[in-house]
Amino acid sequence: MKIRLQVWRQEHARDAGRFETYEAPDVSPDMSFLELLDVVNERLVLEGREPIAFDHDCREGICGACSVVIDGRPHGPRERTTACQLHMRSFPDGAEITLEPWRASAFPVVKDLIVDRSAFDRIIAAGGFVSAPTGSAPDGNALPIEKENADLAMDAAACIGCGACVAACPNASAMLFTAAKASQLALLPQGQPERWRRATAMVARMDQEGFGSCTNHGECMAACPKGISIDHIARLNRDWIHASLRAGRRTATSGDSAGG
Amino acid sequence: MSAQAPTAPAVARATSALSSTIGLKVVMAVTGIALFGFVLGHMAGNLQVYLPRGADGVWALDAYGEWLRELGHGGAIWVARAGLLLAFVLHVGAAWALSRRSWAARPVSYAKWVAKESTYASRTMRWTGPIVLLFVVYHLLHLTWGSAHPDFRTGGVHHNVTTGLAQPLACGVYVVAMLALGLHLFHGVWSLLQTLGLSHPRYERLRRCAAALLAALVVLGNLSIPIAALAGWLPR
Repeated sequence: MKIRLQVWRQEHARDAGRFETYEAPDVSPDMSFLELLDVVNERLVLEGREPIAFDHDCREGICGACSVVIDGRPHGPRERTTACQLHMRSFPDGAEITLEPWRASAFPVVKDLIVDRSAFDRIIAAGGFVSAPTGSAPDGNALPIEKENADLAMDAAACIGCGACVAACPNASAMLFTAAKASQLALLPQGQPERWRRATAMVARMDQEGFGSCTNHGECMAACPKGISIDHIARLNRDWIHASLRAGRRTATSGDSAGG
Repeated sequence: MSAQAPTAPAVARATSALSSTIGLKVVMAVTGIALFGFVLGHMAGNLQVYLPRGADGVWALDAYGEWLRELGHGGAIWVARAGLLLAFVLHVGAAWALSRRSWAARPVSYAKWVAKESTYASRTMRWTGPIVLLFVVYHLLHLTWGSAHPDFRTGGVHHNVTTGLAQPLACGVYVVAMLALGLHLFHGVWSLLQTLGLSHPRYERLRRCAAALLAALVVLGNLSIPIAALAGWLPR
């Protein structure tokens, strides 16, 4: 296969950046998209030019490191497929493919196609956890969980934090990520004690990071390599409204004075 | 003293809620429901333009207009106007604040971006909204204050509608505005349910169908009047 790439090249965060064209005349249809970039980069290195910087790690579709907008779609044209699991047979011979980084002010470009996604880590740090004693695994079925809720929580937990939702969103909103990370806990009994505080804290952090506001386009769901549903966004909205209406309204008057 | 204590936290809660994107979206959803309710009621009232003169020789639409202005000793219409104005200002204000955030969130746009799940209606919300806003201003000048009307008669609602909309240019403005409103409602009705967290997989199809049906109802009902006026089908 012959492939022509239009690749976004940017030296560093403050560089203006530009597109450059690269020819790949000897592409196997069985290569993954990242392997194509490896081959292009090997040639660039041999020619003494700077290779294209791109994020990658497991190359098994489970780590969420790869993050390239391929021909106008995050992770490329195939549904529920990360860039590393996308193969060149998905493209016609002679295709001209545009490669861009995730575009969001909350995800500043580090170099070329690599962006800094630590804003996601800070949203998790704001409340995407359960404050529970860890230790040995609890006995099976000691804590009854409705089957439907367990399944929905697993759907939400499939999020690999790649950021394709932000990249696909016309508003650069992080609602699908935030909703998935809140929902995976909101649906389980362990997540209940901190459920309302979590919803407000994670949304506040998301806003603070400078992500846009969700207008319910649904592009995030279509781009998500794990197919996470925007139903989780509705759940987070519901939890946030509940938390905001309830905040400060319930105050115990006597409490437990024993041992005081 | 004790009565004052809870106000400060309540105000603080309200301001912190409104500084959140979800808080602003809830404002848009709730005011959207109010404005949509008005659109439905306004249309139902206006469709009386098809009715003939009553036994006393007064057009049904004129009698309805008179009834609205007299309701609650003439107070109800001002309460409704104040409520609508408040809903409108909050809706537009929240939209402006949220849009600015979203524009700032993507300073560099994509060279290539392919839509997959979004609809034409959802992508044009920030166009159809301002179009409807401009239309409302024109509509008030045209049929409430009458300054944009060639032959305005105070209280002569039926006359004002049938003559005002019979002009091709005015009719065209109404047609374009109603199509924009239809697109705005098609996405807006579904979107507000999502924002308020009213979603369930079982009712997803119902939500989409309800939004499409309500938008179609508003477009068809409201479009029929200027078209009928231009074609001369309205009773004169």
